[in-house]
Amino acid sequence: MAAAHASPRVLPGFGLTLGFTIGYLSLIVLIPLAAVFLKTATLSAEQFWAQISAPRAVASYRLTFGASLLAAGINAVFGLVLAWALVRYSFPGKKLVDALVDLPFALPTAVAGISLAAIYAKNGWLGQYLEPFGIQVAFTPLGVLVALVFIGLPFVVRTVQPVLEDLDTEYEEAAASLGASRWQTVTRVVLPAVFPALVTGFALAFARAVGEYGSVIFIAGNLPLVSEITPLIIITKLEQYDYAGATAIASVMLVVSFALLLVINLLQAWAAKAGRREG
Amino acid sequence: MIRQTRRFVLAGALALTALPASAQNVSLLNVSYDPTRELYVEINAAFAKEWQAKTGQNVRIRQSHGGSGRQARAVIDGLDADVVTLALAYDIDALHLNGKLIPADWQSRLPNNASPYTSTIVFLVRKGNPKAIRDWNDLVKPDVGVVTPNPKTSGGARWNYLAAWAYALKQPGGDDAKARDFVRALFKNVKVLDSGARGALTSFTERGIGDVFLSWENEAFLALKELGADKFEIVVPSLSILAEPPVSVVDRVVDKRGTRAVAEAYLQFLYTKEGQEIAAKHFYRPRDPEVAAKHAETFKKVNLITIDDVFGGWTKAQATHFNDGGVFDQIYAK
Repeated sequence: MAAAHASPRVLPGFGLTLGFTIGYLSLIVLIPLAAVFLKTATLSAEQFWAQISAPRAVASYRLTFGASLLAAGINAVFGLVLAWALVRYSFPGKKLVDALVDLPFALPTAVAGISLAAIYAKNGWLGQYLEPFGIQVAFTPLGVLVALVFIGLPFVVRTVQPVLEDLDTEYEEAAASLGASRWQTVTRVVLPAVFPALVTGFALAFARAVGEYGSVIFIAGNLPLVSEITPLIIITKLEQYDYAGATAIASVMLVVSFALLLVINLLQAWAAKAGRREG
Repeated sequence: MIRQTRRFVLAGALALTALPASAQNVSLLNVSYDPTRELYVEINAAFAKEWQAKTGQNVRIRQSHGGSGRQARAVIDGLDADVVTLALAYDIDALHLNGKLIPADWQSRLPNNASPYTSTIVFLVRKGNPKAIRDWNDLVKPDVGVVTPNPKTSGGARWNYLAAWAYALKQPGGDDAKARDFVRALFKNVKVLDSGARGALTSFTERGIGDVFLSWENEAFLALKELGADKFEIVVPSLSILAEPPVSVVDRVVDKRGTRAVAEAYLQFLYTKEGQEIAAKHFYRPRDPEVAAKHAETFKKVNLITIDDVFGGWTKAQATHFNDGGVFDQIYAK
């Protein structure tokens, strides 16, 4: 498990694979992203600031990043429960439930948005029961959250599941035989083991949610300052043929997303290390 | 092992052989906006027949549909459209401004502002018109819910907005300040701003949002036809705007592909009696007075203002009202 820090490396092919990695990443990720920043660079500093600090843009960052973090958090909690149930128990129809988890991956996002809006609208299956309580989901920021939870669900389940499968029940039994309560077993044995995977799932769900457009747009209501997501702001700029303005907002999204993902990855690395030390 | 890998890296050259266009077959790409799909299916078939009879050439016309602005951007970014048939002149102007694909005077190359058919903005209300909506000023009443797509993302919605503005402006004592207040009050009654016209129509018809849907006339007729005249009805306001969806050949593309003659004939065909009949059948108002007279029953007489008269053209209207920081943004600013 220990990484080979000393050179010469034991495993051959380092130069080749690293070269390939950098080349591939450049082609697929860095060059398109560079184009975004290059286009943004056609703006002066004041123009750039005016674009990215406009009240509507700021309100949209709050909604997009806030709802994405919240949705990823909700998915982390319930995704873990789902993964636990799927790994630890066997029940009739388990395979079916397992397949259902992946459905949000496969469904075109517009379809998801349209169905969610139909269900949660005030005349929809669920919306009609929520309406009397004054809870409006469709066409409000809450609707955005619902859509983001939907599309982010598989990420946490699918990252945590294999780790839980590897985690022998013997550990739990050992903990129990050493006198740990059920709660202690979960918090001191199971959670530390799955935490890195959980964080990865959280990060993936978050990243997906930030960039989501198709499903959200149908359920958001899209009112300025209230329920406009950042990708919609980018689209409205493009409608005005304001390419530079669109890429300015996009670059903010990229930088913030990158910073958040970096923090999450560091957290994950730290957790993995801590987990190894304890285990 | 590395040597082997290097061998794999040998780049293969890909030779593209351009096939010469057959004299007997020619194809056109018509890049249009969303609600014209059915219209152009019929136009294409009729034109292909006529062109075949006239020249012996087989013409195949492919269609591409999407939001008007998005379609224009696709053409700017290199989609080889021989002709564009979009929702508003602003999007075709963009082909000139962002890429010089067409000359600046494109709109004077064909009759009637290069708009072979027109439409206008009407109200779609629920059957029986429970909120008694008759005209624009009924839309700002506090208990009325209005559905329109977002003018920032939908070309059609810009016509809605401008029609409301023009109505307020043309009232006795109307001025820009009053018009702004009117439009602000109207958008206060808008609870959902869908990004496109079809999405907004769905919100109104399927999700039960709002009491009135601001719609292109052709879309409203289509909704009645598709969803049943027993559920909705059309209300024609006292004043509305002449919506002119224009057409143009894309010079850069037709000159490259050698399709100018057939592309121009295709657009000319829209102005023929046959083309006008097909447009009327799909609920677009025909320009031809004879054809229009035949369909006077369908298309109610409305007092129509034009964007050039009231707003000084699209470029100006776009800059004043819809660009960032424009009036539409201001009415939403706190």
